[in-house]
Amino acid sequence: MSAAGTKTELVNAAKPEGWNRPPVIAPDEIEGEVLEVAMGPHHPSTHGVFRMDVGLDGERVIKLKPVFGYLHRNHEQLAQTQTYLASMPYTDRLDYFCSLSNNWAYALAVEKLAGQEVPERAEYLRVILAELTRIQNHASTIGFLLQEMGASGTPLMYAFREREKILDLFESLTGSRMMCNYMRFGGCRVDASEAWLAATRKVVAGLPAFADEFERFLMSNEILMARCQGVGVLKPDLAINAGISGPMLRGSGVNYDIRKVDHYGVYDRFKFRVPLGDHGDIYDRYMVRTLEIRESISILEQALRELPGGPVMDPKAKIRNFRPKAGEAYGRIEAPKGELGFYLISDGGPNPYRYRVRPPSLINLTVLEDMCLGANVADVVLIFGSVDIVLGEVDR
Amino acid sequence: MLGEGILKGLAETAKNFAGSFVSKERLTTVEYPEERTPLPEAARNFPFLVYDGEDWEKGMRCVACQICEKECPPKCIYIEKSKDKKPDYVGKLQIYPAKFDIDISVCMSCQICVEVCPFEAIKMNTEFELATDDRFGGLLLDRKQLAHSNEYYHQLHPTEAADVDARLAEEKAKVEAKAKAAAEAAAAKAAAGPAASATPAKPAAPVAAATKPNEGEPKA
Repeated sequence: MSAAGTKTELVNAAKPEGWNRPPVIAPDEIEGEVLEVAMGPHHPSTHGVFRMDVGLDGERVIKLKPVFGYLHRNHEQLAQTQTYLASMPYTDRLDYFCSLSNNWAYALAVEKLAGQEVPERAEYLRVILAELTRIQNHASTIGFLLQEMGASGTPLMYAFREREKILDLFESLTGSRMMCNYMRFGGCRVDASEAWLAATRKVVAGLPAFADEFERFLMSNEILMARCQGVGVLKPDLAINAGISGPMLRGSGVNYDIRKVDHYGVYDRFKFRVPLGDHGDIYDRYMVRTLEIRESISILEQALRELPGGPVMDPKAKIRNFRPKAGEAYGRIEAPKGELGFYLISDGGPNPYRYRVRPPSLINLTVLEDMCLGANVADVVLIFGSVDIVLGEVDR
Repeated sequence: MLGEGILKGLAETAKNFAGSFVSKERLTTVEYPEERTPLPEAARNFPFLVYDGEDWEKGMRCVACQICEKECPPKCIYIEKSKDKKPDYVGKLQIYPAKFDIDISVCMSCQICVEVCPFEAIKMNTEFELATDDRFGGLLLDRKQLAHSNEYYHQLHPTEAADVDARLAEEKAKVEAKAKAAAEAAAAKAAAGPAASATPAKPAAPVAAATKPNEGEPKA
């Protein structure tokens, strides 16, 4: 090979500094014929309707193009034609695994816009519900990941067994298991009864045993390590440049958690740590999620212990004829999948002038090609699974 | 040792498997159609209309104000106002819905109609076995299909229904006290003018009529 280098090196040299992409393979280095495969939209590993147009050289991925939009439901435009309150149940349907954190992000944005105060008890209830949501989301994400690895059923069922207990709590408080529609601008819809709090304490007391079991079950499994370690590496500089957030970013070793950065709600009152990964591979992302479950349990214990009394709704809050003054606001929270933000512009009318969702799933998915290049087809499924997306949020 | 992690995991599975024979708590599923877990009190599925008394048409609390129709996010409610009026629970003459349709294939069970209703007329049902072979007509419920008695509401959400009843009774007592005061004032006026005959207190009469057991078919 000449000193000028192969085409691959030239392609890589032209990349900007800090854009730490795995080597792109130039066409003249391909050994066989390139096979283009459309994985999805009805592929069981794609968590919904998502397509990856994969270019394959043998087993190796040399090209990957994500195709979105199969689940587009016009969420943002709908919200702009409706009252502020009417969008609340639609936010449940963005990331349908974590409807309560979606509710919170939207309520936070509107509260910022309207300058509303939230009573303390409501803030604590929000923290409790958001952390329960995080636990069930992470548990089922890990379950799905292992399902895709070939551990058919068992880990997923263990995760779902635990998720079921949490969903029962959601149902007895909010009336619905997944489409909770619980938070309101200036508080929460109904107050949690003593019976509900007792049931929650019981479930939370059982969660550490579940976390232990889940760890013993899989963490040191050699097959899992062989499949995950060193696969789908995401370098921290690329993660930052691409705007990745959530466990994906922390798996790459970047210490960034909006609960710690923004101190929204009452998160500054709780003691918890932010787990970080070292290598940014699938195993690190998996570990970060496992450790986050433990941190969430500790937040839950603190919140349930310190839960104050009082109202759960701002008495000045209006359900009907809600018209925030003209202005704009961006409310963001650390959703289980990453930074979930709602950007709203009000012109003083009953419906938002502009309503924009910053979904973690979509933005975390943009680095999929960078993580998959050079990997095997079977690893693509795993890498995709470790991103943790919900298509309802990607396509909106 | 290679394979230690796998053995550890398998031990965990074995523990769960063996444990399910010993401890009832490990059995997390039920045989659904034969066995059912009770629904929590707050459970919600699709809305229904509450009526007082025996006759669903006479006792219907809804006054066709159309607030729920306006606030419903997916716009699944259709209301037509009546031309005539009927007395409501305090005896005041109100219009009623001549047509009240909810398309439950559109409804997304968000409960916003319940929250905005000022008359406690629409509440959430918990019935979920609604499978039908008629895709359009079978899922478009009219006001007769939607109407359920207050007793039914009490069965579904006892605490909430008791609160609502207390609030309505309070309102009714307030209205009646006001009517009584007005009647007394009228009587005092009548006593002042000796020629005029005493008029009976009007507002109490329609309430009695509404609560009287009628021939309308009772609905569970």
